[in-house]
Formats: sequence, structure tokens, C-alpha cells
Amino acid sequence: MTDAITRTTAITCLVTLLALILVPVFRSAYLIDVVTEILIYALFALSLNVIIGYSGNVSFGHAAYFAIGGYTNAILLTTYGWPLLPSFAAGVLVTTMLAGFVAYFCTRLTDIYFAMLTLAFSMLIWAIAFKWRSLTGGDDGFVGILIPEIINGRIPFYYFTLIVVIASITLLWWICHSAFGRTLLAVRENAIRAGFVGVNTRAMRWWAFVIAGTFAGIAGAVFGMFHRGMYVESAFWTQSATVLIMTLLGGMFSFFGPAIGAATLFILERITNEYTEYWPTVLGVILLVILLFLPDGIVGLARKARGYLWGQN
Amino acid sequence: MLERPEDICGARIKMLKTQNLHKNFDGFKAVTAIDFEITEGKRHAIIGPNGAGKTTFFNLITGHLQPSQGEVFYKGDLITGLPPHRIVKLGLARSFQRINIYPRMTVFQNVQVALIAQHDQQLHFFTPAHNLYNNETNELLTLVDLLKEGNGVAGELAYGKQKQLELAISLAADPELLLLDEPTAGMSPSETGDSIKLINDIARRHSLTLLFTEHDMNVVFGIADQITVLHHGEILASGTPEDVRANNEVRRVYLGEEV
Repeated sequence: MTDAITRTTAITCLVTLLALILVPVFRSAYLIDVVTEILIYALFALSLNVIIGYSGNVSFGHAAYFAIGGYTNAILLTTYGWPLLPSFAAGVLVTTMLAGFVAYFCTRLTDIYFAMLTLAFSMLIWAIAFKWRSLTGGDDGFVGILIPEIINGRIPFYYFTLIVVIASITLLWWICHSAFGRTLLAVRENAIRAGFVGVNTRAMRWWAFVIAGTFAGIAGAVFGMFHRGMYVESAFWTQSATVLIMTLLGGMFSFFGPAIGAATLFILERITNEYTEYWPTVLGVILLVILLFLPDGIVGLARKARGYLWGQN
Repeated sequence: MLERPEDICGARIKMLKTQNLHKNFDGFKAVTAIDFEITEGKRHAIIGPNGAGKTTFFNLITGHLQPSQGEVFYKGDLITGLPPHRIVKLGLARSFQRINIYPRMTVFQNVQVALIAQHDQQLHFFTPAHNLYNNETNELLTLVDLLKEGNGVAGELAYGKQKQLELAISLAADPELLLLDEPTAGMSPSETGDSIKLINDIARRHSLTLLFTEHDMNVVFGIADQITVLHHGEILASGTPEDVRANNEVRRVYLGEEV
């Protein structure tokens, strides 16, 4: 866990960014759609990792904030005809406030009790989205989201997503490598010790939860506009599980790990679906492999491989 | 009782005082009716056999446990019921008997986090942690002779060095009163010797008041100028090392001598 951004990371980021900018050059609608969705999931997984990797608690209900961001933005845009900017901002703000409220209760607990309470709150959100048919469309989904003209179209929307996601990831990176992020790591490593050097560990975990929720809300808002609809499945626990697996697959002890996990899992799902209908089975196997052989995910594996090839450090 | 003039003029401030402190765990009396005080600048050892209540007593003072009854005063202010992170801010830091560090972070970061917290910057979301408190961290690492290991992973340090790191983390809180729970437990005799020297040195240089528990009598008599003996959660004796050494009751129950 190095301090500053290493040269390798910096170069990888630049190359990735360049490649992402050039994606539309290939003129493949399929490719653009896949990459747009990967970008959204990458942000979603990175946001979850603030809770998992940085504060050391497992949330089973992160989809709630993704869904709230998505629904709020969708409803304000479509039902109330708000312009994009205020609607998007309001979507994120509502998510932040809800995350703050839920975090107040969840951060009283740790470990499995924390995880169960996050799950309970997310199922509550799911139930509301499901039952409040007049507002959310219930299980028919909230379809026909109105997209502003300026980003209406595959390529403009792709660049819109790219800008929002890259800006969010940059902000997250900054926060995770700040005095706050450093202290949060200490809370993860040893909350009792952190308390005895003067850290209010509960307040730290509250902030981590709120930051994670906020960025999940951003991902959700973009997701809804991309699909031109929000569906209750987005708030369901399986969605929380998917993003959790993405985070673990990529590696929770690395900042970019969850983004790599998101891309990997998403592509694996697409490929699997070409051949068989048994994606859940494949997913189960992937989960087994992570838990048994890749506790630190793909990034952990890569670090080990690098260690073998070039010696320690 | 009238206060003595030295209490009033502040020359001999009572750093810490406990009044009638009790702690019961499901009926088991871990600490019973402890009236204790430590004066500024003293190096006070708490000794007693295993299970005498030494660590519980520390946990009650530092807010890790709430007393069943009684009060704790720090510099005359009531601190019973305050959470540990508030008590540290008042200038009362502690180290732990069992190693208590951040194992997956670097040695440098272990100390740096304590400095960030000490300067109340744990909620600075946009202050880059890189290079934050570099000099102060390195000073503390130099003090405990860990500067060379700064970039190493803390959990991979040798046991004795982890104990030193523990001490550096506690010192980063810039305490006036430092509580050390068995600072040399598990160390080799030569490491123990170095530690005694180090602790004496630090206490003098930072004009710390020191309260510590210890099993090793060489350490106790090498550092302490006051000793309190706990037995079954109660104070058996208290006084200068000479007084305690001469106390027959102490010799019987603790030093294991036939009198």
C-alpha cells in the first residue's frame, strides 16, 4: 500500500483513459453500450469499496443508494420535467441524505449486524419502489425516461457517462488518499487503537457510508438514463450482491481493484450468456474461486505475480 | 479534609485521581473501591499478580470500560463516561499489553495516523495524506529507533519493534499522562534493558507523568518512583519502592516470600 500514486498506476490510468476516449472510433454500437455500462458499474463498485476496503465493513445493501439516485433523477426528469443539471444534483442529494440517515443507525453496529441492517434498509427501499406504483411504476418499472437532447444519442451519452464517471473516480481517489482516507484505513485495521489515538471511529464510518452512498447515487442516476428506465431489480439484494462480488473479485485492498472486478464480471456475464442460461451457476463458481483462492482479488493476484517475477518490491 | 497548599498553588497537580472505583463483570469483582492518585511528573507502577485487575483499572481510566461505580478525574475534571477518543484529546494516552497496531499499514503510516488525529484532521477530505506530518512522524520513529523500518509493513516487524511502534503511536498523541500496559512483556532481557532506558529517557525529555503496569520487577524498580500493589482488585499497598519492598503483606502475596 504505497503512499503516492506509482508510475505504473499513473501510466495505466492514462492509457486506459485514452483508450476510453477512443472507444467510439470503432463505430460499434455494441462496444459503446458495453463500455458505458462497465463505466457505470465500475463507479458503483468503487463507491462500495469505501465501505468495504476503507472502513472495513461489508454492506449487503448498497443497491439501495444506486436505486434512489436512479429513481429520483428519473422521476424529476420525466414526471416533473426538470432540466438535467438540477434533477441530477437533486438525485444525488436525496441519496446522500438517505445514506446519512441509514448510516446513523448502521454505524452503531459492526460486522454481521452492520451487514444485516444495511440489507434490511435496502429491502425497505426495494419494497417502497415496488409498492409505490404511482410514483415509480412498481414492478413494471419506470420506463421512458426523458433524456435531454444534448446527450440523447449513443456517442454523446457515452461521453457524458465518461466525464461523470472519470470526474467521480478522481474525486473518490482524492478522498481515499486524503488525511480522512488514511485515518479510515486505520479504523479498518484496528478500530480500538484508532479510538485511543483520538479518532471518533463511528463518525469516520458514518462519513465513509455517506460518501459511498453518494457516489452509488451518481452511478444509479447515469444507469437509469442509459437504460431509459429504472426497475425494482436495481434495488433488490441481488444487485447488492453483484456489486459486492465485483468489489471482491477485483480486490478490496486496492483503490482501482473494484473497477477491474466490475469490468471482468460484466464481460464474463456477457460471454457466458452467449453460450448458456446458467450465469448464476457460473457466478457461484466465480465466488467460490475468489473466496478460496483469491482473497485479495485480481489485483492481489497481480501483485503476487509481480513479486515472483521481479522479486520483492 | 483541607487541601494542602501545594495542591492549590498547582506545584504538585494531581494528574489523575480515582474515587471509590468499582468494576464488576457478571458478579466477578475485577476492581473494588480503588482510591488512587498520581502527581504530575511521577513515574508510578501498578503491580500485582495476574488477574489482580491492573488492565481493567487501565481500561476504566481510559474510557475503554465504564466503571460500575466511582469516578475518574483527570487534572481535576471528571472524565468518567467519556469515550476513549475524547479522553486522549485531554492529554491521556495509553499503550497496550498485547500488540495493538495497524498491521497492514506501514510503520510510518501507523504513527502518521495518530498525528492526523492529534491535529484533528481526520475529517479533512481533500488534504493529501502523502507527506503529511513527515517530519513529526520521522522524529517519533527516530525516538523509538524505527526510522529505518518506516516503509516496512508494521505487521511484519519483530515483536520487540512492534512494542516500540506501539510506544511511538501513543507518544504521537502528545500526552501529558502516559499509561503503559506491560511495556516490556514478551521482550528479551536485552530488549527489556533498552526499553527501560528508552522509557526513562522519553519520560524525562517530554516531562511525562507515567503510569504503568509491569510483571518484571527489574523494570518496575528501574523506572518507578511510586508503586501501588493490586491484589484481587484492591489496593494492597502504595508508596515508594523502598516502602513497598519492605511491606510484609506485599512480600507474602506477591513477591512470594515467606515472612
